[in-house]
Amino acid sequence: MSAASDGGSGAGIAVFDAVSKFYDVGDSRVEALKQVSLVFERGSFTAIMGSSGSGKSTLLNLLGCLDRPSEGEYVLEGQRVADLDDDALSNIRLSYLGFIFQSFNLIQQLSVQENIEVPLYYLGWEPERSAARARELAAMVGLEERLQHRPSELSGGQQQRVAIARALANDPQVLLADEPTGNLDSKTGAQIMQMLEGLNQDGKTIVMVTHEPDIAEHAGRQVVMSDGRIESIQE
Amino acid sequence: MKNHRVTRNVMLGIKNLLLHKLRSLLTMLGVVFGVGSVIAMLAVGEGASKEALEEIRKLGSHNIILHSQKPVDEVNENTRRRLSIYGLTYDDEARIRATFDSVKRTVPVKIIRQDGRLKSRTLELRVVATTPDWFDLVPRPVLAGRVLTERDIRARSDAVVITEYGARRLLATENSIGSNLRLGGQYFEVVGIVQSESGQSGDLQTPDQEVDAYIPLNVARERFGDTITRRSAGSRSRERVELHQVIVEVDDHLDVPATATGIEAMLERFHKNIDFRLSVPLALLRQTQATQRVFNVVLGSIAAISLLVGGIGIMNIMLASVTERTREIGIRRAIGAKRRQIVGQFLIETIVLSTVGGLIGILAGVGIPSLITYFTEMPTSIPVYAIFLSVGISMGVGMLFGIYPALRAARLDPIVALRHE
Repeated sequence: MSAASDGGSGAGIAVFDAVSKFYDVGDSRVEALKQVSLVFERGSFTAIMGSSGSGKSTLLNLLGCLDRPSEGEYVLEGQRVADLDDDALSNIRLSYLGFIFQSFNLIQQLSVQENIEVPLYYLGWEPERSAARARELAAMVGLEERLQHRPSELSGGQQQRVAIARALANDPQVLLADEPTGNLDSKTGAQIMQMLEGLNQDGKTIVMVTHEPDIAEHAGRQVVMSDGRIESIQE
Repeated sequence: MKNHRVTRNVMLGIKNLLLHKLRSLLTMLGVVFGVGSVIAMLAVGEGASKEALEEIRKLGSHNIILHSQKPVDEVNENTRRRLSIYGLTYDDEARIRATFDSVKRTVPVKIIRQDGRLKSRTLELRVVATTPDWFDLVPRPVLAGRVLTERDIRARSDAVVITEYGARRLLATENSIGSNLRLGGQYFEVVGIVQSESGQSGDLQTPDQEVDAYIPLNVARERFGDTITRRSAGSRSRERVELHQVIVEVDDHLDVPATATGIEAMLERFHKNIDFRLSVPLALLRQTQATQRVFNVVLGSIAAISLLVGGIGIMNIMLASVTERTREIGIRRAIGAKRRQIVGQFLIETIVLSTVGGLIGILAGVGIPSLITYFTEMPTSIPVYAIFLSVGISMGVGMLFGIYPALRAARLDPIVALRHE
C-alpha cells in the first residue's frame, strides 16, 4: 500500500501532505522525514512503528506542533501549521493536543493535583474551577487519593496515569503518546493501553509511537516507518 | 485572571526557592548586604546632615566668629617673662560695628581661666566675660535664675551665670542662686544656671563650653585687667589680650560671606601680625556637607558594588536553575506555555529571591545604624524613603539579573528540552 493513496483526502483531523524535515548538522543535511503524506482521521488510533532513526519521533514532534515542517503541508484542524508563529503553535498545543511521554515527564516539585492543573493554568482557568477539574480527572484515572502526593512517591504506572490525566485536562482533540509503555512492566503497560483504548472509544484521536508490535496491536492502524519514509500501513 | 496567575507564579517561585533553602539563602546574601549597606549609608548620611543642621542651629547661620590667636612668630620666640600683646581689640569691635551696615550687632568675649570655688568645691572654669547679647546669639535654656542683663553692665554688678555642667560639679542647685562663687580672688554672686551644650564635632565648634561661667565684660576688665599671667614649668609668660572672641551677627545670611571677607580685609589692615582667626559657621557647614557628599559617594559605590555582585550571584544561580529545570521547561512548553510565560515564571522567581533578600537586607540595614550609633556615637537616622527605595532596588536587581536566565529558558527548543536528562 502506498502512502500517497491516503494523501489529499482532506477529511482528517490532521493531514500530512508531502512533509519533509531537514536538519542541518555542520555542512551536511540530515533528512529526518522525506515527503511523508498521511491522514489521521477523527477518532482514529494510529500506532507509528519503526527502528530508531526511522523518523517516527520527528513525525510525532511535527504532529505535536513542537516543530514545523521544512517542506510540504501540515494541516491540523484546518490550520496550516507551517504558517504559524511560536505563540500560535503554543496555543494549538494548549487547545487541541495532549502529550503522553515514555518517561511520564511530570514536574517533580509539583503535587499530582498541580501537575494536572498545569495546562489549565496556561488556559487561564480560575483556581477553584481548575482544582475541581483536577479532582475529576484524578478520579477518572483512579488516583483521587493521591492528589497531594509528589510524582516521586508514585509508581511508574501511577505516574503515567497522572500524565494521562494531565494530557486530558484541556479536553484535547488529539492525544500524542511517545512510547507510553516504554518504562512500564508489561502488566502496567497493558493497563495503560486499556486506558488509551477507552479514550479512543470515547472519541479521542490517538497517535502513538512505539517499537513494540504487541503494543501497536492495540491501535486500529499501524504505520511502519523506515529511513524517513513510510514503509507500510496496516489497517 | 491575570492576578491569580501572578499570585500562582509567586507561590511557585517561593516553592522552588524552598526546595533549595541553603542555596537560595546564600544567593540572597549579596542582595542582603547590598540593601543593608544602602540603608546604613542613607541612615548615616541622614544622621550626619541632621547633626550638621543641628550644629548650625547652635552656631547660628547668621554669625561670623572672630578668634584671637597668638601669631606664629610670637609662639616660636621662646622669650621668658616677655609680655606678648596680640589679638582682637575693643577698637576692632567698634570699627566692625561702625563700618558694616550688614552687621546687626557684635558680642565681645573675653576668656579668663580661673578656679571657681563654691563653698568647699573647686572647679577650673572658663570665665566668659561678655555682654547680655551673648545669650541671644548663643541661646541656651535657662534652668534657674536669670542670665546677664543690661542692668548688670550698667550697675557693674558682680553677677555670674554658670552652666548646668559646672553647677553639677560645684554641687550647686537652684538654691545656690544668690550664693557666692569665688573666681580667682574675686567674689561673684551666682544669678543663674543655663543648660550646657557639648557640641564639638569636626570643624564645627560652638562658642560656649561646658565649663563656662559668664560675667559682665566691664566687671571683668576692672577685676582681672587685660593681662593674663601664665605659669608653666619654671617659666612665666604674660599675655595681654583685650578680646578673645567677637561674635558678629549679620542681618541677612546672604550677606554673611561678603561681610566675612570685608571684616577680614579690614582687620588685616590694622593687625600687622595675623593674630586673629575668622570662622564662618555657614561656610563650615557647606564644607561639612561637601565632605558628607564624598562620604556618601564612597558608601554608595560600595553598596552598588555589593548589589552588582549580589545580582551576578543571582544570575549565576538562576542560569544553573534553568539548566537543572530544562526538562520542566520542555514539559511546560509542550503543554502549551508561551515563551513569555516561561520568561514570566523565571523572572518572578528571581524577583521573589531578590526581594526576600532585600527585605532581610532592610532588617539588617535597620540594625546596622543602631550598632554604629551604639559603638561610635555617630548619629544615624533611617529615612522612610530608604525602605521603599531598597525594596525597589532589590526588585530591580532581580529584574535586571533575572531577565537573561529567563530569556535563556524561554529560548530552549521544547524538543531538545524534553529530551534533556
